Amino acid sequence: MFVTRKAEFSASHVCTQPGLTPEQNRAVYGPASNPNGHGHNYVLEVTLEGEPDPATGMIIDLKELKEIINREVVEPMDHRFLNHEVPPFDRVVPTVENVAAEIWRRIEPAFGGSRAHLHNVRLYETEDLYVDYSGDRPGDRAGDRA
Amino acid sequence: MTRLTRRYKFAASHRLHSDRFSAEENWNLYGKCNNPYGHGHDYVLELSVEGAVGRASGQVVNLMALDRLVNDEVLRDFDHRYLNVDIREFQALVPTSENILRVIEERLLAHWPAEWPRLASIGLRETARNSFELKAS
Repeated sequence: MFVTRKAEFSASHVCTQPGLTPEQNRAVYGPASNPNGHGHNYVLEVTLEGEPDPATGMIIDLKELKEIINREVVEPMDHRFLNHEVPPFDRVVPTVENVAAEIWRRIEPAFGGSRAHLHNVRLYETEDLYVDYSGDRPGDRAGDRA
Repeated sequence: MTRLTRRYKFAASHRLHSDRFSAEENWNLYGKCNNPYGHGHDYVLELSVEGAVGRASGQVVNLMALDRLVNDEVLRDFDHRYLNVDIREFQALVPTSENILRVIEERLLAHWPAEWPRLASIGLRETARNSFELKAS
């Protein structure tokens, strides 16, 4: 069974690769490469999978899930400039793909001892763009691909 | 694994009518969608691309290039058009949402760069109540 909890945070970012010229960055990231950054109202959906506890009838205490998301994601990222204030985005380009994967890494350990395990992180950058990240299997990272 | 979903919009009219059936059969099959002059929808198109995230780019696919492909192959032709008349594929094919999905898939895959990750699925929302999804082949 799955349970999904939603959260929002607002943050600014700029998407560029340090080795590329401004023109090359524009070709890859478009207006997201504008040097002074811009912001989004990110919407996060965290989905856990597990079987309900027979006594409580719950997969996880939703209050606990909310606290984990707040502590690991919303508090550090909300109303921040990701590139300047939220590691590793001082050296990793904060595309929606990379922010989703970083959220996974931040919250996944918190479910180690519980009945539920992290199934999917969905991150909306805008209404028209989102990613689903469900962890990396071996070989998923494209080492040399641009 | 990372799946990126991008949403696009186009407004178009269509009429559901097949020459294989009589006027009465068409009416019984398609109802008001068979009205003779057609009618329109604000279609919402969703593409999902699934693959590895490039270490340098941080992207599954170059979003600028994906937008350009969808615009060049689909939106520029379909937006603010009468599908039955203005789109060559629908001159001999009923423009149901199912068939629109197949035509969009064909158009995209014909120009899909070999080095891109796979197109995982295409979704089409005809109205808030009717949605269709094609797992891309």
